[in-house]
Amino acid sequence: MRLEPIKKPTLARKLTPPAIALTTTIVIASLLAMVAGANPFNVIGLILKGSFGSTFAILETLNRATPLIFTGLAVAVAFRAKFWNIGAEAQLYAGALMTVLLGTGTLPWPSMAILPTIIIASILAGAIVLLVPALLKTRFGVDEVVTTLLFNFIFLLFISMLLEGVLKDPMGMGWPKSARLIPEARLPRIVDGLRLHWGFGLAIFSAVCIWIIQTRSTLGYEMRAVGLNKEAAAFAGIPVNIVILKTALLSGGLAALAGFSEVAGLKGSLTLDLSPGFGYTGIIVAMLALLNPLGVVLAALFVAGIFVGADSMSRAADVPTYLADIMLATALLLMVLAILLTRFRVVRE
Amino acid sequence: MEIIDILFTASFWAAAIRIASPLIFATLGELICERAGVLNLGIEGIMVAGAFAGWMAVYSGTALWTGVCVAMLVGMLFGLLHSTLTVPFGLSQHVVGLGITLLATSSTYYAYRLALPEVTSPPKIAAFQPYEIPILSDIPLLGPALFSQTPLTYLAFILVGVVSLVLYRTPLGLAVRAAGENPAAVAAQGLSVTAIRMGAVMVGSGLMAVGGAFLTMSAFDSFFFEMVNGRGWICIALVVFGSWRPGKALLGAILFAAFDALQIRVQQTSLGTHVPYQIFLMMPYILSILALILMSRRAQVPAALMVPFNKGER
Repeated sequence: MRLEPIKKPTLARKLTPPAIALTTTIVIASLLAMVAGANPFNVIGLILKGSFGSTFAILETLNRATPLIFTGLAVAVAFRAKFWNIGAEAQLYAGALMTVLLGTGTLPWPSMAILPTIIIASILAGAIVLLVPALLKTRFGVDEVVTTLLFNFIFLLFISMLLEGVLKDPMGMGWPKSARLIPEARLPRIVDGLRLHWGFGLAIFSAVCIWIIQTRSTLGYEMRAVGLNKEAAAFAGIPVNIVILKTALLSGGLAALAGFSEVAGLKGSLTLDLSPGFGYTGIIVAMLALLNPLGVVLAALFVAGIFVGADSMSRAADVPTYLADIMLATALLLMVLAILLTRFRVVRE
Repeated sequence: MEIIDILFTASFWAAAIRIASPLIFATLGELICERAGVLNLGIEGIMVAGAFAGWMAVYSGTALWTGVCVAMLVGMLFGLLHSTLTVPFGLSQHVVGLGITLLATSSTYYAYRLALPEVTSPPKIAAFQPYEIPILSDIPLLGPALFSQTPLTYLAFILVGVVSLVLYRTPLGLAVRAAGENPAAVAAQGLSVTAIRMGAVMVGSGLMAVGGAFLTMSAFDSFFFEMVNGRGWICIALVVFGSWRPGKALLGAILFAAFDALQIRVQQTSLGTHVPYQIFLMMPYILSILALILMSRRAQVPAALMVPFNKGER
């Protein structure tokens, strides 16, 4: 078989493969739920009901989407420049760590300045964590896929060490958990009485900012050029290594905001289970969004919906929650294939 | 010095070889994929799937070696999925690989929950037992370390030889290496790059799964979540460290495992009581990164690694 580019894809050509991919994902999930003893025709309904069926469910989904928007943006920015940051998990914890470092004591600042200071410091922490693999790549040619992956393990152990050592909350009944943030360091709720915090607003704001950077700025242009063809970009006078370092700083900072927003908006303290893999899920979010920053918001809502919905479905129908991860992995693999098939035709030889 | 004393005990080296065994299988598997030009980031998930499949087969009543074959088959299935997406369709090897890792891990956990819904501690199987090779196992130090291992460890060492032999001494190996260096030349010979690459990824993925199965069937006797714990990613680093050569990769795996065995023992010495245990647990990952820094400049990366091949395209 051979792939042949389609000059002018029709609308049907653009829509059919993704639709088939989505349907197949749903069918596979339903069949797997049937294996677990649930009614296969009920599964998707239960997931939808659990994720968007009530005000509480919708707020839960928006809360879950918030860190995913940040990590999704972090991955989208990096992958656009073909810088494979698989370490958003570590950068997320760097942001969370900075948040509790600054936000648990009494700060000598006026309370107005506390949140902005923490936000900037968190961004810097995440940026620096990713700068190490980026420098190893530009200086020594070390592949960033492996280094960022291994950094996740190293950084989580580092956090574990701090939580059992200097950062351990003396009032924490022996649990490895940091002290709670002071009230001035917490992100307020968007609407009083509704469980949704300003982290979500910050996430949407970041998505718009990144979209502007990518489409309207020189840096955005350079990042795309480096991603498309490094040699050509260098030939055109673009400082490739500098662009990669800038990309890394931006990407790491975004991922760190996920950690900041989870601690300051939702949890109030740092524990080792702060992130159930938000950094890795960000890769799925970014790919489903075709690396488009505004698409990341939609994709994050979709992914968060599946997680929240699958949680409630698994309680209602007694199906293991891992079904959500299977659905996402299947959707990811089928979607990248479907998107290829909107632009190429398979020709038999 | 306590640390020096540790280095001269047979039990230390026996542990190092045992820790190295799953890494040897999986590193060889990754090496075969990459030599053919395909980066397989599915390795971590495929090891999880292999660990569960082999163990589950034995737990359901098959023989140990049948369990190894089941693990290998499951690995090859994931390899088939990976290579179908990355080779003929030429999709991003990074994205597909990570997708396969997520798919393999989550479906394994799903299957585990379905198969054993109500267990608090995972059940055990009668795992592979050490087999002392006559005469050789009587050699001081070397005997207990190298020749009193489980059969799967011997298989790992034999495979290093077999893979080297096939890669460097047979037409098949030449075709695999050429597919990773200069696929156009392979196609010009009338061979199918697609078939070679897909075959290499399937065989490689099968070996990764056996590496996972070593954990549940030889190193331990039951299946835990988080059991593989980044070993797959470490194997990717070991391939680079070994410059894509089986022999050097074996050396890297043993060196790495020796450090790992050492950190476990140092934790129990007086030094270990003063240093947080997380520092010791970090060592393997830090070591892998250091190895990459040392080797990356000199590494002989297969020229067509991660480059999809589309016949007729120039």
